[in-house]
Amino acid sequence: MIGSSIKRREDPALVTGKGKYTDDLALPGMAHAAIVRSPYAHATVGGVDVSAAAAAPGVAAVYTGADVEASDIGGVVPVGWLLPGIKTPAHPILATERVRYVGDAVAVVVAESAAAAADAAERVQVEYEPLPAVTDPRGAADEGAPQVHDEAPGNVAFDWELGDRAATDAAFEGAALTVKADLRNNRLIPHAVEPRACLADWDGTRGEHTLRMTTQNPHLHRLLMTIASLGLPEHKIRVIAPEVGGGFGSKIHHYPDEAITAFCSMQLGRPVKWTATRSETNLTDAHGRDHRSLAEMALDAEGRIVGVRVVTHAAMGAYLSTFAPAVPTYLYGTLLSGQYDIPAIWVRTVGTFTTTCPVDAYRGAGRPEATYVIERLIDLAAAEAGLDPAEMRRRNFIPADAFPYQTQVALAYDSGNYEPALDRALELADYAGLRREQQRRRVEGGKLLGIGLSSYIEACGIAPSAVVGSLGAQAGLWESAKVRVHPSGSVTAYVGTSSHGQGHQTTFAQIVADTLGIDIDQVDVIEGDTREVQFGMGTYGSRSLAVGGSALARSLDKVIAKGKKIAAHLLEAADEDMEFEDGSFFVRGAPSKARAWGEVALQAYLAHDYPEGLEPGLEETSFYDPANFTYPFGTHVAVVEIDPETGEVELVGYTAVDDCGNQINPMIVAGQIHGGIAQGVGQALWENAVYDENGQLLTATLLDYALPRAHKLVSYRLDHTVTPCPHNPLGVKGVGEAGTIASPAAVANAVVDALRPYGVRHLDMPLTPERIWRALRNGEGS
Amino acid sequence: MYPAPLEYVRAESVDEAIRLLGERDGAKLLAGGHSLIPMMKLRLAAPTAVIDIGRIAELKGVCPTDGGLTVGALTTHAEITRSRELRERCPLLPEAAARIGDPAVRNKGTLGGNIAHADPASDLPAVLVALRADVHLQGPGGRRSVPAADFFVDLLTTALGENEIIVGVELPIHPPVTGSAYLKVEHPASGYAVCGAAAVVSVEGGRCTAVRLCYNGVTAVPADAVGVTEALVGTSLGNETIDEAVERHLSIDEPLGDTHASGEYRVALARAYGKRALKRARDRALA
Amino acid sequence: MAVQIRVTVNGSRHEKEVEPRQLLVHFLREELGLTGTNVGCETSLCGACTVLVDGRAVKSCTQLAVQADGAVVTTIEGLAGNGGLHPLQQAFWDEHGLQCGFCTPGMIMAAAHLLAENAHPDEGEIREALKGNVCRCTGYHNIVRAVARAAEGGGS
Repeated sequence: MIGSSIKRREDPALVTGKGKYTDDLALPGMAHAAIVRSPYAHATVGGVDVSAAAAAPGVAAVYTGADVEASDIGGVVPVGWLLPGIKTPAHPILATERVRYVGDAVAVVVAESAAAAADAAERVQVEYEPLPAVTDPRGAADEGAPQVHDEAPGNVAFDWELGDRAATDAAFEGAALTVKADLRNNRLIPHAVEPRACLADWDGTRGEHTLRMTTQNPHLHRLLMTIASLGLPEHKIRVIAPEVGGGFGSKIHHYPDEAITAFCSMQLGRPVKWTATRSETNLTDAHGRDHRSLAEMALDAEGRIVGVRVVTHAAMGAYLSTFAPAVPTYLYGTLLSGQYDIPAIWVRTVGTFTTTCPVDAYRGAGRPEATYVIERLIDLAAAEAGLDPAEMRRRNFIPADAFPYQTQVALAYDSGNYEPALDRALELADYAGLRREQQRRRVEGGKLLGIGLSSYIEACGIAPSAVVGSLGAQAGLWESAKVRVHPSGSVTAYVGTSSHGQGHQTTFAQIVADTLGIDIDQVDVIEGDTREVQFGMGTYGSRSLAVGGSALARSLDKVIAKGKKIAAHLLEAADEDMEFEDGSFFVRGAPSKARAWGEVALQAYLAHDYPEGLEPGLEETSFYDPANFTYPFGTHVAVVEIDPETGEVELVGYTAVDDCGNQINPMIVAGQIHGGIAQGVGQALWENAVYDENGQLLTATLLDYALPRAHKLVSYRLDHTVTPCPHNPLGVKGVGEAGTIASPAAVANAVVDALRPYGVRHLDMPLTPERIWRALRNGEGS
Repeated sequence: MYPAPLEYVRAESVDEAIRLLGERDGAKLLAGGHSLIPMMKLRLAAPTAVIDIGRIAELKGVCPTDGGLTVGALTTHAEITRSRELRERCPLLPEAAARIGDPAVRNKGTLGGNIAHADPASDLPAVLVALRADVHLQGPGGRRSVPAADFFVDLLTTALGENEIIVGVELPIHPPVTGSAYLKVEHPASGYAVCGAAAVVSVEGGRCTAVRLCYNGVTAVPADAVGVTEALVGTSLGNETIDEAVERHLSIDEPLGDTHASGEYRVALARAYGKRALKRARDRALA
Repeated sequence: MAVQIRVTVNGSRHEKEVEPRQLLVHFLREELGLTGTNVGCETSLCGACTVLVDGRAVKSCTQLAVQADGAVVTTIEGLAGNGGLHPLQQAFWDEHGLQCGFCTPGMIMAAAHLLAENAHPDEGEIREALKGNVCRCTGYHNIVRAVARAAEGGGS
């Protein structure tokens, strides 16, 4: 069962339209909310006149920030991850004095229909006094830049560093070769195809609030609603994730909108639903990336890396989103050793406030940015040193016998074996043949061929308390699982993760069925409901299997241990002599003395003649805190063709060899890689959130923001190596982000590789035809 | 996502549509809806009334006429793409219609709606100009005909008069040895033309007798490369001749630009794709 | 103000009064409770709302409900017709052609239109036919395989 590509149990409902997403739900008496948002990037707010809106047909109520302040709810959204010296300006759910990005919420209209709410929202009159905008993460820190928050001088939210600066500077001084690049990691809009939504149902008589919402982590949303937004006791809030149509990070974060919806329901005493339009999601779903980095690599005469130095300015946007400070620090700086043995690394990250949508974790979260820095630098170094990029990487890999390996940026890689993945990727992509073809075209003409490698590392399974605690973080991100065995032997597993496309109903059931030797139809998995599930951290950071699956495995171990006691009692044997295999408890060395799983389960509940000390029932819970991150890795090879006359670029081949350790369901694993690749290719070639100098988002709809589409992509060639994680019970590492981490750098390297004969050494993403065309004409410095 | 409230009336004939338009201030005609409804959802358009002309049979289909072919305004892009008549006698139009949007858009979007909107990045305007098509209009004062080149007046602005409606487009018959081609660089987000080059080339006795090269997506109205045309008539349309004619005579004023492609780049695309479209049209003429 | 319309949806005839401004997708979701058809954008570019109207794929967010008066509409709920799975639904399941499932109904309806027009599309034709449908999860790889598999099996 473990290791087999069984078809997903989720799918029969989803392919027939029976999946119920938040916006599909309706409750009796339900009203609809529309949120009024700032059209300015930065402005002081004078009066808000709601009278015309309140008088519009079908309107139940209109609320402003003043109404929130006058209520007894908390009314803010907090940041959940702090750093030393960090500035944390308050983020009210409805702005009262100042708006700080286009999309900042200022009022909400509740009406009998969504259309009536939209009509009335247009009638809310807000007096704005525009202020200057600032949108560039580096420019925000410049002297004289418009100030986003009074309490954050210079717009600096935090200034963080990691590594040994002196040792790194010394390495650069003694280096035979150094390369340097000013890199921009383009701002992205997550675009889960399902927009965010919330259906809030306040029961005033019980003082209970039920929030059905688009969430990747219901318990965290409940906690943040309790401590900051609503102020209701945690046990009086129930957060339910119905079907969730993709997240990619955007549904981790705690936004004002869901809290506003909850507030409206409390005020009106009736259910209220809010569903974002696509324009709203594009303006307000936390964006990703948006880094400017000065990155340098130093090498010795043999092409071995001796040092890496990086100064990054990372946009935080208008406010600190839930996990935002962690992303360009713990999830970025710590990854800057890549797959390489680098003796000295220093990184400084300045998080800056800008008058833009907040930036937070988006698929890969920090790790694609780190991979982009390292993999661009190593390609630059290879070109400079006259080495093949594959050879350059091989020469610098951490050797297979060097694990566990302590990097210079805090992480201890538990395992790894990088060369076989590189070799397999080169073989599968026919790297040698591609290089020959490239050479042929360079002589004979035709479309330019570019081949790009990306050897990535990912730290996932966020986040082990021991590791992140040592870096100053306040919380670890363990996971919980409960296994409830029913008297007939069937099982319900309750896991604190929250699937939104990852197929946990299938994968987790495989683990349970395999471990207990029962049919998968005897297993149900419950997630995404704070009333059903004890507590949990949710699904993001490629953590569900490595952390949640491990918790599940631990609980199953406990169930078996207790089952052995029950079986031992039934067989009149000693506990320690019991074995469990293929659904049967038996006495070691005497397999005929056995009790089947179902019999033990039943006896656990009949339990009429138990010995003292043995409790009835068969249900076990584990809170699993991993000892370390897990470290998936691999090498991807992208192949592009470029029209030398127009700069048009086409992805023509993509090969991925990944090592995510043991695989529970290889079909689902491959699906995660496929989707990740497409998202990363999107960043490299098309996707770009652009603000103009006034802070207007120019790419607020799909007319301007280019998503990867079927006709622009190829079928991917996949293979894998298996280096099991040594520190978790399943030997699994996580795979949700691998594709997105590897592919931007692979594609960018491929494009630059194609353009090398034209003197081009670097181009920023997205690698649009125009950017390439200019580079073709101007060469370096374009 | 929710259009503003509006009145809905259905017209059963062209005359009725014109009358209804005249009776209602702020009314808009609704055909396939693929230009209008997206604007209404974003509330960039809020007509007080829509007059649904989608069922007027006389506006549908492809008909041979004395001078060529007429295509009814309500003919969908998918119908144009499939039309055997058009594919045989005027293949440029179906070639361009097949590049519009995606299959679902082509199933609903209509010829008339497309050109009435006059989006500069749409695929049909330059094609109609290159084909020397006439746009037939009908209004309270009767019918009139406007050459496509004069129909597109400015960005999102046409020669349509007050209460006038597009009834169709008339395509003249090509000379016997004629080839055409529509090549398009697609906007990665919208799918509209960043540069769409439409070329029609006629050849007689080894010499070019007529040629037209027009562009979508590059300027506010279809850019007609008259200079290139003049330089090519009478030549044998060799590759070098085409290249040189485009290099020397293509002149584009006030190109459009956006975050994806600047005006300067669009002109470069026009140069490259103009040559390619002309060569492909020539090859097809001679095939 | 309201307009009376008659539509046949998934084989059932409906006579309803609708607001003229109501989009077909909202009519299906809110008036008929057919929530399988989803809304993913507002610019007719994501394809999540794709349904068949008189046998042809259309974006139900770009059509007023009143325009569908007299039409026959098929949504994901009615595609199989018999309560089982349509070959495309089966193939999407078999080939892991979906993850979060939100784009899936529209994707399957767009694919149904393709296979009705072209029973044996090649990979390029499949990709071109699905260009108006955005999937953020699968990278399209398995969707393309699913459509090809449905076609091999004699698809719709």
